[in-house]
Amino acid sequence: MSELEFDPHRYTGALDDREDHAPGDEPAEDAGHWIANSNLGLGFSVILTAGAFVLANTNLIYGPSIPIALLVLAVAQMGVHLVFFLHITTGPDNTNNVLALAFGILVVFLIVAGSVWIMNHLNANMMPMDQMIEMQR
Amino acid sequence: MTDTSLPATRETIRRVREDPYRLGHRDHHAGEPVEGTGQGTTGPASKRIIVGYGFWIFLLSDIVMFACFFAAFAVQRNATAGGPGMRDLVEMPRVALETGALLLSSYTCGLSFAATNARNLFWTQTFLLITGLLGLAFVGMELQEFIELASHGMIPQRSGFLTSFYGLVGLHGLHVTIAGLWLLTMMAQVQVKGFRPEIVHRLICFNLFWHALDIVWIGIFTIVYLMGAVI
Repeated sequence: MSELEFDPHRYTGALDDREDHAPGDEPAEDAGHWIANSNLGLGFSVILTAGAFVLANTNLIYGPSIPIALLVLAVAQMGVHLVFFLHITTGPDNTNNVLALAFGILVVFLIVAGSVWIMNHLNANMMPMDQMIEMQR
Repeated sequence: MTDTSLPATRETIRRVREDPYRLGHRDHHAGEPVEGTGQGTTGPASKRIIVGYGFWIFLLSDIVMFACFFAAFAVQRNATAGGPGMRDLVEMPRVALETGALLLSSYTCGLSFAATNARNLFWTQTFLLITGLLGLAFVGMELQEFIELASHGMIPQRSGFLTSFYGLVGLHGLHVTIAGLWLLTMMAQVQVKGFRPEIVHRLICFNLFWHALDIVWIGIFTIVYLMGAVI
């Protein structure tokens, strides 16, 4: 059996100090990791933000497609913020955060898309205002 | 002996045991306590992770509230009642400056947290102060915009569109203002109490809140301002 095989229940003595671990422990984290993340986040954000402002204020791309392009850039930048500033990762210490985020996105989608959908239909089916006033006479 | 695998050093074995998922979030110096993740085989989650998770749930509920205001804005967008529309409101240079200030403040906020992790009091306070000043500049520019609009008769009572506009943008501005007050109390706490675990946890929560506000602003400057100027 290879020594590298992982067995959490095996007593490993000096090799492993997990037994001394208490809730609330604060392991020293590498500050460089956070600085690198912030730099990357700022870099990507500046590119995406500048791109959005340029697209909105010039005729660089086909006019009717600009709103969609702006939405794509916004979603991309939100992703950049989540990863580099909020540190949402795929690691096991983040599983619960990702699940909560997925539920949050679902609720946000239902509220926004549902409201726009329903209210547009109501608006389209509503009697024109002059006829409405006529009926109330 | 039939074991032909490469001989593993004690250090390597220790690293694999401590960080089996290779999160790589921490360096592996000797005698370091192992942080649990609450998942798999690494033991119960540390308080730091649980505090962050709890605050994350709050932030998502806050974002759901913003979604309601976004939905109201989307629905009322053309309900101008013959008054000014979004095109008449947008002033690009100011929106660009506001966006720049908030984005830069997000960056300095991240740097302050890096300094916190290095337990460096001076840089933590310095970057928190810069973050607060940028936030103040943002709120100032937004107030200036509101005052200017109001002086041209574009007040919330004018139309459904203006109500939803002031509601959404104003709610975000209110959040930034309150976050600024929280930032001041955090600077005082760090100064007086130092990097005690509970203070660091509050700093984590403050960081999450500030970055979440920036995410909401991405939605606002894209959907309200940029798309308002285009459509």
